[in-house]
Amino acid sequence: MNIFKIIQDIEKVDGDVYERLSSRRSAMSSFGSFGKKVAVAAVPLAMGSMFKKAYGQSTGGVLDVLNFALTLEYLESEFYSQGLAASGLNLGDNKNFFMEVSKNETAHVKFLEDTIKALKGTPVAKPTFDFSAGGAFADWNSNPQTFMAISQAFEDTGVRAYKGQAGNLVSNSDVLTAALQIHAVEARHASIIRRIRGLNGWITGDERGAGMPAPTQAVYDGEAETMQAGVDITAVSKVSAANATEAFDEPLSKDAVLAIATLFIKA
Amino acid sequence: MTKLTTPEENNQGGLGKALQSPMQRRAFFRYAGGTAAAAALLLTACNDDDDIDPMPPTMDGVDLGSGDIGILNYAYALEQLEAAFYTEVVAKSAGALSSDEMKVMMDIKAHEVAHREFFKAALGDKAISGLEVDFSKINFSDKNSVLTTAMTFEDLGVAAYNGAGKLFTDSGNGLTYLLLAGKIVSVEARHAAAIHDLMGNNARKFGEELIDMNGLDRALMPDKVLAAAGPYIKTKINYSNLPK
Repeated sequence: MNIFKIIQDIEKVDGDVYERLSSRRSAMSSFGSFGKKVAVAAVPLAMGSMFKKAYGQSTGGVLDVLNFALTLEYLESEFYSQGLAASGLNLGDNKNFFMEVSKNETAHVKFLEDTIKALKGTPVAKPTFDFSAGGAFADWNSNPQTFMAISQAFEDTGVRAYKGQAGNLVSNSDVLTAALQIHAVEARHASIIRRIRGLNGWITGDERGAGMPAPTQAVYDGEAETMQAGVDITAVSKVSAANATEAFDEPLSKDAVLAIATLFIKA
Repeated sequence: MTKLTTPEENNQGGLGKALQSPMQRRAFFRYAGGTAAAAALLLTACNDDDDIDPMPPTMDGVDLGSGDIGILNYAYALEQLEAAFYTEVVAKSAGALSSDEMKVMMDIKAHEVAHREFFKAALGDKAISGLEVDFSKINFSDKNSVLTTAMTFEDLGVAAYNGAGKLFTDSGNGLTYLLLAGKIVSVEARHAAAIHDLMGNNARKFGEELIDMNGLDRALMPDKVLAAAGPYIKTKINYSNLPK
């Protein structure tokens, strides 16, 4: 491989590449002897560590996203574990469904923890949760309707949260793919909990749906989008505006997701 | 055979241009990065790939193209297939389905048509032509045949988008397309779960058998996806120029 050709190629994408490299431990000045000193087979690895330093921020970015996702998965996993363990919560025929969901969320926690460690990061600590949200959902673990409303809010939030972070994971294809795979599972959960609650599996406009408490509206704000990447969906497809909004789920920013999650985290 | 292109050729263009950055940044990182987690992740990311034989590459037929355009055309092809299927279901299966089931089918049809027309407009003059489908094996008067096919298409669509996400370029329009694919794949997953639910007469199944021990849905690469979709697509598809 031609190391200089690679740097030149990167320059076409990132004009600051030389500056990044030289400003970090003057990599460029030692570049002349670099190729001679390092055996050919080891070059990719050495390049990797050099670029990891130059682009250190993007590696941190992936870990930040993973820890953000882990926080959300802690929230969901703990919610289902505690709910299923609550003697006063009768989920009836739906109990099996929630047990499957609980299993998936617990697996997500483990998977994210393992991945963060494998990337030499430190998994964030699990917060202490208050699923009554300071009393707003006081009967969350005794009234199935309340439990299921919170479940819907969490699952629909999870879908939007992962979607909002996809662009921050592109530097690591494996992590990106895994995040998409988790994202789809959250969407499957969301569809079913919505159907159990008598709604469609998909989100119409920015409607939170019948029976959803007002504080959950933040989960749905911004979903009523009919323009996608400059394309007017109703104009090109002739489907209704309602169907057009259903056909595309919208992302949610990290801040918006954390604002929702924080309602359930004990200070 | 049904021709999938709608009569009104409404190409909005706009998005389909100015792609093909000189180098795919991710390809570089994959080479140089040597990511620590790769080994751990690959064990899981490659699961479920084993039960489908990849479709051998063909050089003739419709060329999906390369780069981001190729991936968009790949998605466009899958959405054409889905939209055509649900169009047939809505037209032919009223006698086989309950009104609740048909309502779901009508919604999904609208969503898939929206997806198809989005890709067509986004691709502009780079869009592949309308594909010819082959639904001869589907009995549209039989509920089980209809729902089983719907389930196959939706689960496959989810796996296809999950697998294709990493193939987009890592900056500029590639990021836009990745987000768009993300907006669509979760809707496909919502569909998939709803169909699993209908299959079990509202037993609240959602395809859990497809989810691995790490809680991950499937991710399949284009050769596997097109092999699985192949029996329903009459037009030959050349995917050999897609990013790897």
